[in-house]
Amino acid sequence: MSTVAADDHHDHVESPYSIKRWLFTTNHKDIGTLYLWFSLIMFFIGGFMALIIRTELFEPGMQFVDPQFFNSMTTMHAIIMVFGVVMPAFTGLANWLIPMMVGATDMALPRMNNWSFWILPFAFTMMLSTLFMDGGGPAGGWTLYPPLTLQTGDALPFVILSIHFMGLSSIMGAINVIATVLNMRAPGMTLMKMPLFVWTWLITAYLLIAVMPVLAGGVTMLLTDKFFGTSFFNAAGGGDPVLFQHIFWFFGHPEVYILILPSFGVISSIVPTFARKPLFGYASMVYATGSIAFLSFIVWAHHMFTVGMPLAGQLFFMFATMLIAVPTGVKVFNWIATMWRGAMTFETPMLFALGFIVMFSIGGFSGLMLALAPVDFQYHDTYFVVAHFHYVLVPGSIFAIVASVYYWLPKWCGNMYSEGLGKLHFWLSTIFVNITFFPMHFVGLAGMPRRIPDYALQFSDFNALATIGAFGFGFSQLIFLYVVIKAIRGGEKATSQVWENAEGLEWTLSSPPPYHSFTTPPVIK
Amino acid sequence: MAQAETSYYVPHGSHWPIIGSVAVCTLMVGFANYLNGVSWGTPTMMVGLAILLFMLFGWFGTVIRENEAGAYNEQVDLSFRWGMFWFIFSEVMFFAAFFGALFYARQYSIPWLSGEGSGVATNTFLWSGFEGSWPHAANGPENIGGDYKPMPAWGLPAINTAILLTSGATLTWAHHALKANHRAQLIIGLFLTVALGAIFMVLQGVEYVEAYQHLGLTLGSGIYGTTFFMLTGFHGMHVTIGAIILAVILFRCIAGHFTPDRHFGFEGAAWYWHFVDVVWLGLFIFVYWL
Repeated sequence: MSTVAADDHHDHVESPYSIKRWLFTTNHKDIGTLYLWFSLIMFFIGGFMALIIRTELFEPGMQFVDPQFFNSMTTMHAIIMVFGVVMPAFTGLANWLIPMMVGATDMALPRMNNWSFWILPFAFTMMLSTLFMDGGGPAGGWTLYPPLTLQTGDALPFVILSIHFMGLSSIMGAINVIATVLNMRAPGMTLMKMPLFVWTWLITAYLLIAVMPVLAGGVTMLLTDKFFGTSFFNAAGGGDPVLFQHIFWFFGHPEVYILILPSFGVISSIVPTFARKPLFGYASMVYATGSIAFLSFIVWAHHMFTVGMPLAGQLFFMFATMLIAVPTGVKVFNWIATMWRGAMTFETPMLFALGFIVMFSIGGFSGLMLALAPVDFQYHDTYFVVAHFHYVLVPGSIFAIVASVYYWLPKWCGNMYSEGLGKLHFWLSTIFVNITFFPMHFVGLAGMPRRIPDYALQFSDFNALATIGAFGFGFSQLIFLYVVIKAIRGGEKATSQVWENAEGLEWTLSSPPPYHSFTTPPVIK
Repeated sequence: MAQAETSYYVPHGSHWPIIGSVAVCTLMVGFANYLNGVSWGTPTMMVGLAILLFMLFGWFGTVIRENEAGAYNEQVDLSFRWGMFWFIFSEVMFFAAFFGALFYARQYSIPWLSGEGSGVATNTFLWSGFEGSWPHAANGPENIGGDYKPMPAWGLPAINTAILLTSGATLTWAHHALKANHRAQLIIGLFLTVALGAIFMVLQGVEYVEAYQHLGLTLGSGIYGTTFFMLTGFHGMHVTIGAIILAVILFRCIAGHFTPDRHFGFEGAAWYWHFVDVVWLGLFIFVYWL
């Protein structure tokens, strides 16, 4: 026994300035912090790429960058925002919150937890380094469709292997969440008593485990087609480039729910607190999340309506896609019903949550339009699609992540953030995000294609507007960075409960919480 | 094994994960450079592989030592079970992608290229005269890789099926022995399983040589060769990994590890082996036989 360190030695916590602490940590809070900072850094890198794109599109004609570089910016921006920002941010939140919410000491598999994080800096260094290689970075779009993507220069194997690497990280992170939720709950914390954030993450973890390996398989096929003479996507050899699209979107559609389901959990935590009412329709929220997850596996081909599919296929994927509006509608209804006749106050997390509900719904409605196969023939690959998925991802996922940072930051660091600056951040973000993305609906419906650095003159005004919005939105995020750093360094001390009506086990711990959350399991009524 | 701990074991900081990241990153950078034709690619890969092996020895060694010292209670055991189960599920989904490609090629791309259904125009204008069929003319309208003969199911593949199914039985026999605390039978059963796995791999090698030298069937033989070698190749890789895992378990059994009621290391390896077995059945039916 003496050779094994027992876990009551844990009171000793290394200084936050020790590199060893961060490299070797097995603590869920440290790892959560690492994930969140990583995500924020990548957010600024990916955002910088977006601003390069918007700068080129400020006016028609070619001004600043060459088309190849422009395309590699759109490709990298997407890969970074999806795999380097939203997914790590949610995994960071899962790390920080799930053990506290279910009454556990830590995550179930702490060493693997460290590895899940420490893969990411390596994978993204590989990915970013491709910008400096012969032939430039990947420029065929984040969807990596062959045969175009197979024309990438030296970057191709680096991009593909870094995607394998990121997948490894996501799968291990997901396995950890499942093991934690299923095995580490305090006695009495039955599944149907879990906070919705835990529920949505549990379901997200299943999606991750089911689809990340499929992406790994698909990109492996790209690699062997390019370097080992296989014919997966080569019609001359009996394969089919469209096969890649099926494989990619079998991953890709559940992936977009991986990016949004934890947001639903966050919003379901924040709205009841500031409406001072319990969440309306808890059980229906759980079932709706499960239904969305199930449906996500049978709708993938709605990304490919124009590829030439049998009519029966188009009909099936169209109707299956529209079905998703039902559970999503249940969720939006429940959030609104929670607020109905509540004693509402509008602190920053609530503002971001409300922004989420309104603007995510706008993105949801444009998604419903895109689901209609006949009209999708017009919208496909236009800026309407860009507007749609940015509405669900920026004022959707990103707003939910920002809301959760404002909501739980006082718990994490023990200090209140500056409410005034938080509100300023919200209003600037909300105004500019709409200036950026709303005009894209119009240029898209009028026929402006995505992923092209130049455009026809009639799209000029809306594009100039979008660029102004993008710069405004980008620089507004510096306020966020400032608010977070300021709160970490000091400020008004937060109470344990932080918010007047906050409910859940995490609010029973001190602010900041002890290094190991619940060394003895809490009692759940 | 000492008495079980009561509280959930949370390890102190560990340096193995970061070493693992360095290892995999070195391996990948080396491999990518090798693919790009850079001379230092292969040596870099070797270095990465060496670090990876060092990490695997170190990490698993630590876990085995902690386990033998009794640091893990029932709850930790259950975390390992969930972890292994969902890891295997992720592997199933990886194979699903390749089986999906196989079914797609057989059901859609070959018939469409041959002019079936909506493929009439494709066939008439692009690949006029192509009549593909699975498995004999499935290397596409341009006869990529040249003429080939498909691999018959009822030769070596059938023998391999019998070998792998038998290895599943010997493994279960060993498991029963472990539960009944018959250590000799346990070790014999495990040894037989590993040996059958090794024989399987040798026969797979013989089959590949046969394919390349006598059947004209290569990885480059259009979609038939592609799916044949990618599916059987990834499966063979998993058999190799599974056999190595079982060999480690065998050495641990010889060293006296595991008790009749606490032996998840053994069970996890057995789950993995059965998974590899089931994938093979899918391969035998859909790649070789039908």
